[in-house]
Amino acid sequence: MPFIPHTELEIQDMLAAIGVKHLDTLFEEIPKELRCDELTEIAPGLTEMAVTRLMQQRAGQDPIDLCFIGAGAYEHHIPAAVWQIATRGEFYSAYTPYQAEASQGTLQVIYEYQSMMTQLMAMDVSNASLYDGASALGEAILMAVRANRQSKKPRILMPRSVHPHYRRAATALVEAQGIEIIEIPFDPQRGAIDPASLAQYAGQDITALVIPQPNFFGVLEDVDTLTDWAHKQGALVIAQVNPLTTAVLQPPGAWGKAGGVDIACGEGQPLGVPLAGGGPYYGFMCCRQEHVRQMPGRIAGRTVDLEGRTGFTLTLQPREQHIRRAKATSNICTNQGLAVTASTIYMAMLGAEGLARVAAASHQQTQALRDRLTAISGVKAVFKANNFHEIVLQLPKPVAPILARLTDHGVQGGFDLSLDYPELGNSLLICVTETKTNADLDHYAAALQQILSDSKRTAS
Amino acid sequence: MSQSSQHNINPLQTSTQLIFERSQSGRQAWAQAPNEASVMAAEDSSNPALARRPALADLPPHFLRRVSLAMPEVSELDVVRHYTRLSQRNFSVDTHFYPLGSCTMKYNPRACNSLAMQPAFLARHPLAPASRSQGMLSCVYDLQEILRVVTGMAGVSLTPMAGAQGEYAGMAMIRAYHRTRGDLARTEVLVPDAAHGTNPATAAMCGFQVKEIPTGPDGDVDLVALQAAVGPQTAGIMLTNPSTLGIFERNIAEIARIVHKAGGLLYYDGANLNAILGKVRPGDMGFDVVHMNLHKTFSTPHGGGGPGAGPVGVSERLLPFLPTPFVIREGETYRYVTEKERPQSIGRLSAFNGNMGVLLRAYIYARMLGREGMVRVADYATLNANYMLKKLQEAGFDAAYPQRRATHEFSLTLKRNNQETGVRALDFAKRLLDFGYHAPTVYFPLMVPECLLIEPTETESKATLDGFIAAMIAIAKESREDIAHLQAAPYTQPVRRLDEVRAVKELNVRWNPAN
Amino acid sequence: MSRTPEELRYTASHEWIKTEADGTVSIGITDHAQDALGDLVYVELPKAGAKYAADAACAVVESVKAASDVYAPIAGEVVESNPALEASPELINQDPYGKGWMFRLRPADPNAVATLLDAAGYRATLG
Repeated sequence: MPFIPHTELEIQDMLAAIGVKHLDTLFEEIPKELRCDELTEIAPGLTEMAVTRLMQQRAGQDPIDLCFIGAGAYEHHIPAAVWQIATRGEFYSAYTPYQAEASQGTLQVIYEYQSMMTQLMAMDVSNASLYDGASALGEAILMAVRANRQSKKPRILMPRSVHPHYRRAATALVEAQGIEIIEIPFDPQRGAIDPASLAQYAGQDITALVIPQPNFFGVLEDVDTLTDWAHKQGALVIAQVNPLTTAVLQPPGAWGKAGGVDIACGEGQPLGVPLAGGGPYYGFMCCRQEHVRQMPGRIAGRTVDLEGRTGFTLTLQPREQHIRRAKATSNICTNQGLAVTASTIYMAMLGAEGLARVAAASHQQTQALRDRLTAISGVKAVFKANNFHEIVLQLPKPVAPILARLTDHGVQGGFDLSLDYPELGNSLLICVTETKTNADLDHYAAALQQILSDSKRTAS
Repeated sequence: MSQSSQHNINPLQTSTQLIFERSQSGRQAWAQAPNEASVMAAEDSSNPALARRPALADLPPHFLRRVSLAMPEVSELDVVRHYTRLSQRNFSVDTHFYPLGSCTMKYNPRACNSLAMQPAFLARHPLAPASRSQGMLSCVYDLQEILRVVTGMAGVSLTPMAGAQGEYAGMAMIRAYHRTRGDLARTEVLVPDAAHGTNPATAAMCGFQVKEIPTGPDGDVDLVALQAAVGPQTAGIMLTNPSTLGIFERNIAEIARIVHKAGGLLYYDGANLNAILGKVRPGDMGFDVVHMNLHKTFSTPHGGGGPGAGPVGVSERLLPFLPTPFVIREGETYRYVTEKERPQSIGRLSAFNGNMGVLLRAYIYARMLGREGMVRVADYATLNANYMLKKLQEAGFDAAYPQRRATHEFSLTLKRNNQETGVRALDFAKRLLDFGYHAPTVYFPLMVPECLLIEPTETESKATLDGFIAAMIAIAKESREDIAHLQAAPYTQPVRRLDEVRAVKELNVRWNPAN
Repeated sequence: MSRTPEELRYTASHEWIKTEADGTVSIGITDHAQDALGDLVYVELPKAGAKYAADAACAVVESVKAASDVYAPIAGEVVESNPALEASPELINQDPYGKGWMFRLRPADPNAVATLLDAAGYRATLG
């Protein structure tokens, strides 16, 4: 019996010790009419050898293309040591560190992770992570509502230049608690928030403004102006960032004139977590010291034991699952432990210089691909703006069929924006990371050139 | 107090130096970062955050980082040694028995890890075309179907990323169901007093009021109180079966009848699914929405706190509300359903598709168990728990509900021991560490005084259980003979009784470069 | 056995209330409550001038294992909160009815205090 160690003799001994003859007697309290029949719809069990065959066959169906899709998940080189260490049994099969004495390894890793995150964000406090970037944004909104005492009605300004999936997930999370999400348009020329569109909210009761950097289009927002405007209105500022980019971009803790944003959140996946079909990733969250009691999720703290030795423990725990009447509530009680462990090892391995080089190389290769593709007739950059490591290009024909043809060349060309942003026409969001060589860029450009020429020929 | 000769000094456990404290300026893992001249610091800057790089020349300076960035400066060997050593300061299922009630700390089969981490799966972008992802999508679809069958429901979504998120999805669907029917009066959710803390918090997140229903002395929900509590304001009830006390709710059919008759729905918290897998299906018990914890019953790793997965299953009438995306099959092809195709869905819970790596591990495990293996899970989890309960009772421990059988777990109360010697559940928890066992769950459920909630799982052998029972007996003896020594335990761990008050009052949650 | 001074009034949610000479009332949490919570590490108190209805949540006490709302036993306006508790929340553990007082209210209805539980009534709720 797979994973069950009992021998026949042991089973007999145990039943005798309990005082029953048959194992089924132990289920006598379950009403007979509720018992289900054999699970005939489920196939019989497989040995490890057989399931290995099965899973290799399934993986074998999925080719590994050159991936130029970003849109919230980014392919970076992950040192081999990172996941070899993270999947050691002592990390992999450890429980939540509630019993501190039994979990000093995990707790110290979390403390180091929190330290690294606060450095990247240039902020006071980090938690031990949340589920992913989108739910972290939802949690940041709930937190801002709890923390902004001056605001009487919960209203959040959410730019359309924030990732559409993040906007939808965050809205779904906060709607039931009567929190209003107000959509802010982006300037169609620049692809960034138009400060003029905020003017109508000046002097109103706004709880928080969300500011992405870079935004979903890869465009760099005017973060200092926006941060100062929000603070002047008595609104809190929630920054939503790609943490890898803060190795070279100005971090949220330094935005504006008055000590930076109140809450920073985003997706930690770029820091040592593989694409893996969509997860598990992790959401990070940092905040100002004054808001720490409103921050959801776990936090590891440093202290001493009975003998004066340094140790680590989960702290500020009562905040979790604590219901405050008439306050925005969260039920989160986990963190993405294993992903955070790997990310901590990754960040330690790369260091500040390594992270900066990865970010710089990603930007460089994105601009290099932009140059090759915009040299093709009919392809042009959509926004007149500074971008960072992602860019929106307009194609002369509908995007979806072109992406399908690109896969024939072993290329996943990017993310089709026409569903979420129809006003941008045939637009494609492209991302290049340090993993792509110049030969890879040449291959993409040649493939696109051929596809566009072919379609021109068939059209005429 | 203890004498120093009783300390086991383990040379591996001596240092708590942070990775930052191992830094040496200018040191780096040179094999790991890109090394083209265009991305390197253009001038000799002691701080990488302030260095200029040719690759960034097209960006106006005001976007670039001007704040210092203090990260570790260490070699690759430093990193490997540091984190390997840290791992050795942990308990884990791979190294220790972990009888944590309601956590289901069973063995995490290694094949689930290696087969889920094949390169083709790891390289896949969540937004990659379905045409290039049929292998992965077929695994997700198959897992949806397996979970649908074992729970007896009509449809499943695998997107919730944790148990609490699955719980949220379940309650959000109940809310959506009533609102779609125009029934806006249903503002109240019923929860037994023994419920896990996330239940009322989740109900509040969905805008509900919470009303508690008492549990009777025999461990079943009080039916009279329930009948009095239901009415046109009842949106539903949140239950787990077996309950958090480790006891099977015998009147579940009657509870379902009472709540349904009043127009409410039943939500099933799947935390204890390990007790009934293959024996009873929540759908057959009358539940309208079911949540499961893949990191419990389906053996995905606990990872030091996560990631988990909390899929939800629903009955026919809640199908339109399932969170997106989930996988559908059209002929021989698989794809994700789009948000446009599910206008009544409660929506997305995450940026992408859920914790895919966790789902793959659960699928591989489920295929290895197969139909006969699933039934064996409940059989042997229950056998192990009842064996432990019997032996511990014989040794003089009090069961919280002595007239009931254990399911996959059971609760002991140390109330009498506390009255006799002053020993507390916490003391047992700490001392067990010295015997090489992680403690059971302590002080939950709240209604059992000095509670130990014990769940051995089916993957542990009789020899392991006997060792644990012997340790419990030894600790009980110590509580009668040398309580002072017991209450200062543990003695063999890297740290001992951390000052948690100080951890809050002198809050220190990050390393400070100034130190 | 926790202390329950006879001259005070109580709520089932473990607040005590004392009428002062000037007609204001002092409010804190009971000995039973501080014992159940454990060592207090943080207290959040209402601001002077804030008005609360009866049973409204107006303060929070936090220990390492639990955080609890504190409710206004009667309706009124906050006159002042105990300034010593910010640095020393443990005063509530050490002297819950004396130095651990939390805040003072001017009652909306001076007769409301008489409707609350007396010491025997509160002890009965503890079971």
